[in-house]
Amino acid sequence: MSKKNLLNSKDIEIILHRLACQLIENHNDFSNTVLIGLQPRGSYLANRLAELLKTSYHIKDLELGLLDITFYRDDFRRRDAPLEAASTEIDFLIEDKNVVIIDDVLYSGRSVRAALTAMQSYGRPESIELLVLIDRRFSRHLPIQPDYRGRQVDAINEEKVLVTWTETHKKDAVYIEFK
Amino acid sequence: MAELSVEHLLGIKYLKENDIDLIFRTADHFKEVINRPIKKVPSLRDITIANLFFENSTRTKLSFELAEKRLSADVINFSAGQSSVKKGETLIDTVNNILAMKVDIVVMRHASVGAGVFLSRHVDAKIINAGDGTHEHPTQALLDSYSIREKLGNVKGKKIVIVGDILHSRVALSNIFALQLQGAQVKVCGPTTLIPKYISSLGVEVESNLKKALEWCDVANVLRVQHERMDIKYFPSTREYTQLFGINQDILNNLGKKIVIMHPGPINRGVEITSEVADCNESVILNQVENGVAVRMAVIYLLAQQVKR
Repeated sequence: MSKKNLLNSKDIEIILHRLACQLIENHNDFSNTVLIGLQPRGSYLANRLAELLKTSYHIKDLELGLLDITFYRDDFRRRDAPLEAASTEIDFLIEDKNVVIIDDVLYSGRSVRAALTAMQSYGRPESIELLVLIDRRFSRHLPIQPDYRGRQVDAINEEKVLVTWTETHKKDAVYIEFK
Repeated sequence: MAELSVEHLLGIKYLKENDIDLIFRTADHFKEVINRPIKKVPSLRDITIANLFFENSTRTKLSFELAEKRLSADVINFSAGQSSVKKGETLIDTVNNILAMKVDIVVMRHASVGAGVFLSRHVDAKIINAGDGTHEHPTQALLDSYSIREKLGNVKGKKIVIVGDILHSRVALSNIFALQLQGAQVKVCGPTTLIPKYISSLGVEVESNLKKALEWCDVANVLRVQHERMDIKYFPSTREYTQLFGINQDILNNLGKKIVIMHPGPINRGVEITSEVADCNESVILNQVENGVAVRMAVIYLLAQQVKR
């Protein structure tokens, strides 16, 4: 298996700043907006963005939640290995809020579909948007597109996109793995 | 990976420590779910569960049914009182008739010891034992341990005394297995007539003095005197039982430390435990009921993961 480096830590930093600015453009001071990171991997990106918005762009009172979608997946019992749930940490209601769902890679769209269902347990939001670091177009199973994307990638199905974070792999990077 | 080592939940004695750990970690997530405004997840949309209660039950049946509904499973209920069991149908026939309706999981309570094990060998469904005679009641033991873990942070190394009718109690036996598996120390306390003869073979000590037992323990799990299972008189009178083995506030006040009070219900207030104790701050009796739903959701969810189509 070989892998190609798609983004290095500098690229990711620039993208994070751009995404933060795009969010500010649409959501001003975030007074009626909440960020929801999808567990497990979307939570790193969500935490990073929230931190950036607070420190570099002086957004106060930013609400960030983490959502686990394991119990809402449509492939329960259809996978080879069982999935273990991660924790959901949403201590606010999303009723009438503008929600931004955050995940690292958008591939089939099924996780986002599950997240949309899961969100119903926390109220009826005013609107929901989707932010992803990597958008793998041409591989969607559902009619779901991101509102904010870090980078669009034309990877074919046999290839795998791997996002690593300093928190987990000591390095911010995005790779494409070829079999 | 996150999978139980067993195909059915027939008793705690078939489980490994990792299984209990996995069930508790999963129950943590479900506890969060049942405290949401909308307390339901769609995981088990395509699973059908039959609750077969050949013996009376109120809270266990309600708890299982609620757990199943919170997971979005389809549920059918069966009580022996209103069924063909009275017309002479055998257990396997009854269950096979129900399975012909495409049921994936059977939750069963039965008066005969080993009914769950017997069924698991003869029918093609996941079996969850909701109490078999005086043998095991695994989900009760799991929720008891879960409640201890929640209150004290850990079960390992804790000292637990089970007070009361040990002889007729499936809760006691399952609790002993579960607590020992997790590294806790267990003692039992009760009238000698209600302590099983071979209890020491389980590595459980007997303490006949309630005060000494309570001084030793971190947690007291108080059991109900099961008059309905007693064919002979095991102690002279209820009044005498209360005097020797009833827990009241005075006894707790004189301990010089706080201990956690548990009771699997239903409580005979004023017999094994006074109202004051049952409702005190150290009592986790109602937490046990809430945790029961989360733990049962976890068990059902983990077993349903193994259902193949």
